[in-house]
Amino acid sequence: MNVEEIKKDFPILQNRNIAYLDSGATTQKPLQVIKAVEEFYENYNANPHRGAYSLSMEATEKYEDTRTKIANFINAKHREEIIFSKNATESLNLIAYSYGVDKLEKDDEIVISIMEHHSNLVPWQKVAKQTKSKLNYMYINDEFEISDEEIESKITDKTKIVGITHVSNVLGTINNVKKIIKYAHKKGAVAIVDASQSIPHMKIDVQDLDCDFLVFSGHKMLAPLGIGVLYGKKEILNKMTPFLMGGDMIEYVYEQETTFAPLPNKFEAGTQNVEGVIGLGAAIDYIESLGYDNIQKLEEKVVSYAINELSKLDYLTLYLTPNKENHSGVISFNIKGVHPHDVASILDSEGVCVRSRKPLCATTYEIFRY
Amino acid sequence: MDDLTDVYNELIMEHSMNSYNKKKLEKADYSEIGHNPNCGDEITLELKLNGDIIEDMAFSGHGCAISQASTSIMIDTLKGKTMEEAKEIIKTFIAMIKREITDEEELQKLEDAIAFKNVSHMPARVKCALLAWHTIEDILNQKEKEKENGK
Ligand SMILES: Cc1ncc(COP(=O)(O)O)c(C=O)c1O
Repeated sequence: MNVEEIKKDFPILQNRNIAYLDSGATTQKPLQVIKAVEEFYENYNANPHRGAYSLSMEATEKYEDTRTKIANFINAKHREEIIFSKNATESLNLIAYSYGVDKLEKDDEIVISIMEHHSNLVPWQKVAKQTKSKLNYMYINDEFEISDEEIESKITDKTKIVGITHVSNVLGTINNVKKIIKYAHKKGAVAIVDASQSIPHMKIDVQDLDCDFLVFSGHKMLAPLGIGVLYGKKEILNKMTPFLMGGDMIEYVYEQETTFAPLPNKFEAGTQNVEGVIGLGAAIDYIESLGYDNIQKLEEKVVSYAINELSKLDYLTLYLTPNKENHSGVISFNIKGVHPHDVASILDSEGVCVRSRKPLCATTYEIFRY
Repeated sequence: MDDLTDVYNELIMEHSMNSYNKKKLEKADYSEIGHNPNCGDEITLELKLNGDIIEDMAFSGHGCAISQASTSIMIDTLKGKTMEEAKEIIKTFIAMIKREITDEEELQKLEDAIAFKNVSHMPARVKCALLAWHTIEDILNQKEKEKENGK
């Protein structure tokens, strides 16, 4: 795989003289995705599901075909297990409200890891407060990983929901989600996987993982901003109440009562982000044309080079697991005595785009204070 | 690049590393926390008044070089000024950072704080430079309200 050739697919890398190292926040978009969106507007734009004319039917077809593509991409059993949302955050809120708030009772427990993104943390605080359930955390050890003992001591018979990020956006740790899911099921809990940082880098197979829910954002995997996915097991989604109410998600509407559409429409109220869906479809085609194997080989080369070089700088501290097989593409570091915000400004002046942050979450992220 | 070297100049670096203004006041009349949730910077400003005059100020907390230096230089600039003078300087500083005032002459009243002028070309850092200034603004507004309420 030729890196220079791949770079040519990304117009922004031709137009701006930058080293873009912030794909964890959002990836740049290849021409194939940009063109797919353009093509949709030039030839197919109409409101799907709403018109009895052929243009609307074609828009519907493009939209629904992409749903099937995504189902195949993550190996979902049924295409209606794929729900479109705005982003991972909205997908997680959907689960929090339509599953969490409805199903949890006093003294039930929600377990998440301390390395969750705020989108898989703050909604659970709300659910816990509202249902009087408890929010517990799985903490990391000094290798920035969640140990088996931690998993087994935090997930208990009272646990009803377990939320875990597949790859940490801060530490790059690849969590043993299969083990966590299995243990959650053993204790009778449902398991939610946040695949936002993993799906751009590794094959996701929801049947193999056996997760009950899985979420991700399109924009972190080369697709446009504003499109996200919620995967849920059909039998669970079927029993959940809708999250947002409005057009497209209804079956019959009376003055005081409404019956809801079946999956997946039940969870897709209002006119959807069709251009985002089309763009996401094109992004999947692009990823598949490169192939996860090739992507990983290349990443492995870049990441080990970077870690090797960064390790030589004695004024820099790296925060990553020593177990290479458990580490993805995120490399976190601090420069001794210099605030991350200043580091980012100085790198920016050299055309290098990095993420700087404050210590995100009290416990894990204490380490990021300089 | 020019903006950057101008911003990370000697004066600013000096104030950001070991500021003599970073301490606790013996007897502060006002203490206010300024917080920038985006980057986690947090400062506590203390203020001691003598009638209408800002007799002393100090700060504590943590943050990036720009927010720390801006706080320290602000303290140097406002110490000894009347509240009215201070308000005028604060207004001018904020306007400078927002690029509403660019006239050098008008900016002279900022004294050393003029060193932050180039932050106005660095949108990502505007909040860092303004943190302390917004915090002192809050204190002075609070003081004004107390006055109005006849306290
Ligand atoms: C692990 C993880 N989960 C969720 C999100 C939230 O993604 P979005 O803002 O697109 O909803 C992010 C974004 O940084 C993330 O890194």
